[in-house]
Amino acid sequence: MSRTDAGAPEQIAGNAPTDPDRRRRGLTERLLAVRELSLLIALGLLVLVTTLRNDRFLSGQSVKDLLLGCAILVILAVGQTLVIVTRNVDLSVGSILGLVAFATGSLFLSAPGTPWPVALVVGVALGALCGVVNGGLIAVARVPALVITLGTLYAFRGVDYYWASGRQINAADMPPSFLRLGNQTVLGVPVLFLVALVVVAAVGYYLRSYRSGRELYAIGSEPAAARLSGIPVGRRVFAVFVANGALAGLAGVLYAARFGTLDAAAGSGLELQVVAAAVVGGVAIFGGSGSAYGAALGAVLLTTIGSSLAVLRIDPFWQQAVVGALILAAIGLDRLLALRVAARLRGRSARDSSDA
Amino acid sequence: MTADAPGTDGVPLLVLDGVTKSFGAVAALRGVHLALHAGEAHALVGENGAGKSTLVKILAGAHPPDAGEMTLDGQPLRLRGPADARAAGIAVIYQEPTLFPDLSVAENIFMGRQPLRGLRRIDSAAMHRDAERLFQRLGVRIDPTRPARGLSIADQQLVEIAKAISFDARVLVMDEPTAALSGVEVERLFAVARSLCERGAAVLFISHRFDEVFDLCHRVTVLRDGAWVSSDPAADLTVDEVVRRMVGRDVSSLYPKQAAELRDTLLEVRRLTRAGVFTDVSFSVRGGEIVALAGLVGAGRSEVARAVFGVDRYDAGEVLVAGRGVPAGKPGRAIAAGMALVPEDRRQQGLVMELSVERNATLARRRALSRLGLLLGGAERAEARTWTRRLQVKAARLGAPVATLSGGNQQKVVLAKWLATEPRILIIDEPTRGIDVGTKSEVHRLLSELAGEGLAILMISSELPEVLGMADRVLVMHEGRLVRELPRAEADETSIMFAATGQGVTA
Repeated sequence: MSRTDAGAPEQIAGNAPTDPDRRRRGLTERLLAVRELSLLIALGLLVLVTTLRNDRFLSGQSVKDLLLGCAILVILAVGQTLVIVTRNVDLSVGSILGLVAFATGSLFLSAPGTPWPVALVVGVALGALCGVVNGGLIAVARVPALVITLGTLYAFRGVDYYWASGRQINAADMPPSFLRLGNQTVLGVPVLFLVALVVVAAVGYYLRSYRSGRELYAIGSEPAAARLSGIPVGRRVFAVFVANGALAGLAGVLYAARFGTLDAAAGSGLELQVVAAAVVGGVAIFGGSGSAYGAALGAVLLTTIGSSLAVLRIDPFWQQAVVGALILAAIGLDRLLALRVAARLRGRSARDSSDA
Repeated sequence: MTADAPGTDGVPLLVLDGVTKSFGAVAALRGVHLALHAGEAHALVGENGAGKSTLVKILAGAHPPDAGEMTLDGQPLRLRGPADARAAGIAVIYQEPTLFPDLSVAENIFMGRQPLRGLRRIDSAAMHRDAERLFQRLGVRIDPTRPARGLSIADQQLVEIAKAISFDARVLVMDEPTAALSGVEVERLFAVARSLCERGAAVLFISHRFDEVFDLCHRVTVLRDGAWVSSDPAADLTVDEVVRRMVGRDVSSLYPKQAAELRDTLLEVRRLTRAGVFTDVSFSVRGGEIVALAGLVGAGRSEVARAVFGVDRYDAGEVLVAGRGVPAGKPGRAIAAGMALVPEDRRQQGLVMELSVERNATLARRRALSRLGLLLGGAERAEARTWTRRLQVKAARLGAPVATLSGGNQQKVVLAKWLATEPRILIIDEPTRGIDVGTKSEVHRLLSELAGEGLAILMISSELPEVLGMADRVLVMHEGRLVRELPRAEADETSIMFAATGQGVTA
């Protein structure tokens, strides 16, 4: 109907409408870009300072370790972004990772001939199943996700402990082809990191370019309005928890491949790092804004801080403090950006309506 | 403009029959009948709390009716949710905008219906272009790529309108869309509504502005206390008749401002300037006086009020209360000096929707009510009772959340909250926006009484009859400047509109 323009007066001719689309990127998108750029700058500064103090920090092996080290956190942070964007949170990801990692080891233990792609599929499916439990409980109980996933954090871990009953699975129990996956490189880049990159690109693109992806932002931005505009809120939130569970499952399989030695405590406490990475990456904790790319950058930044502090021989105690300071700085930056944008938009809005 | 409606004789497009809806013990709708014809604009009027918004929610699929039937084209219509209503071609513009603040304006318009390109990806260039075209059709300039956060209420409403006309609606429901719009914007909206009618759509228009109702609509349905009262062609009705049916009684004096003895100057504003928003604004208000701040939406009236009260900073100028300076940017000091501000947007700025009526009513003076830092329920309740009784707030009980009250009663609670601080100066922004006629005259009588008690009242209003009826003096703003000051005797609709549109300004 917008094509017919029956009521449209003559302004159309005077005001070429297609022209601005190409040149200026949308203001809303530009804000995101600013946020991601600031992360890149912080990362660059960190690497620069560390390299100045110790030039081995940028050597091939060290970079490879770094990429390997952040891959799992990146995948989890991207999954968490899906959830946080809808104004929810999933605290059970560390437990899902631990459970899936142990399950993967057990699978190889009981059926030694299993090809690794099968293990991968089984792991992702188990993670998704945990996500179904989370999403289902949230939908049925109508209790905030924070509480539900706090519960399943302990529940999944409990299952893990019961199953492991003190056993440990070692690298020797797993096929070499699977373990190679954990530290193989392609052109010097670890396979694990490539997998993480694919996840980031896929989720990031989905969130930006698909209707259902945009609906996730709408749900987090204003849940009541989302319902009124006919968005199936319950179904979307359920799907988000399943997807996040599946990604945590994927991370669990990769964890098993990388570390080889597994007990029931694998991935304990990881959930807070994941949420921290997302928040540092500019994903608003109250939903509605942030991107998978930002969250991935946040995860890379947190991992890099860890290793650069080690290179700089700074007491590990400080690492926690630095991460804390970084979270506060990220929140401060978001607030500052929001204020400046608000001031600009207010001026613009006043101008627009007085013209009308 | 009540032209002969095409297709009035045929089968109605959308029919509601015997629709009933209750929330708990409260019956919001009782057996309502409504028939919308293709090509016809139909007005729904009634006091606040008459059930209009509930009816809108039912049409939108947001509430299922408890009983009754709906038919579309003679076929039974069952709406299980907003998505069903949309699929049936029913578009709704809600009274309060329902936007996603984090998303761009264009996404707000096209959420769930974004234009697609290959692989079902969103074509954002096309989306922005379509949004731009919609705004051109409405004749407004809003950047489709900016986030919705920070849009003025009028602009938010325009985005809602763009959203509603963006899909081929067969039924367009507008719940008080004009409350925040300026005259020009209203005219454009009506042009769009008329062109929709010409193409065979049915429009349901809800408004408290009778001039608009009679300007746009062919037929008027009146609701009272959740029940259907009448449906008649607009040509057979007069404003007086409609008002009588709405309230079930004669409304004698709509605007009863009594002459009050003018006392000393209580509020003085000198050369107040905020870059890009308002410039060089000076005026004073005396005790017992009601001064109206008139102007088009966006002229900077609310912004001046917020700056005077200290919510927003200003770059230059000063504010004096009874001759003593009040520091900029400190609402606490303004309250201590005896100022009170009743804001325009009650949902966001005036009330805590989840809290009870009594909590809200006493929110601004918790300190005075507390003993040794503890807030005692008894004192709070007694205080709340005094003011809610004086203002005749209609609430099930004082402990009920404010969100459950109707718009008019919410406004009364905001008033109660500020009057409880016993202010000397009352700044009130759009005191009767979205309020029914009965409550409106109650609010006006109250303001008049307060002025009689010696309060200085600064009233911002977009409704000219209200300005003319209530104000001792009218200040007119245009594009951030005070362009005209009119004493009561010289103020009339033409002189105010002349100044507000920036014509013939020399002052």
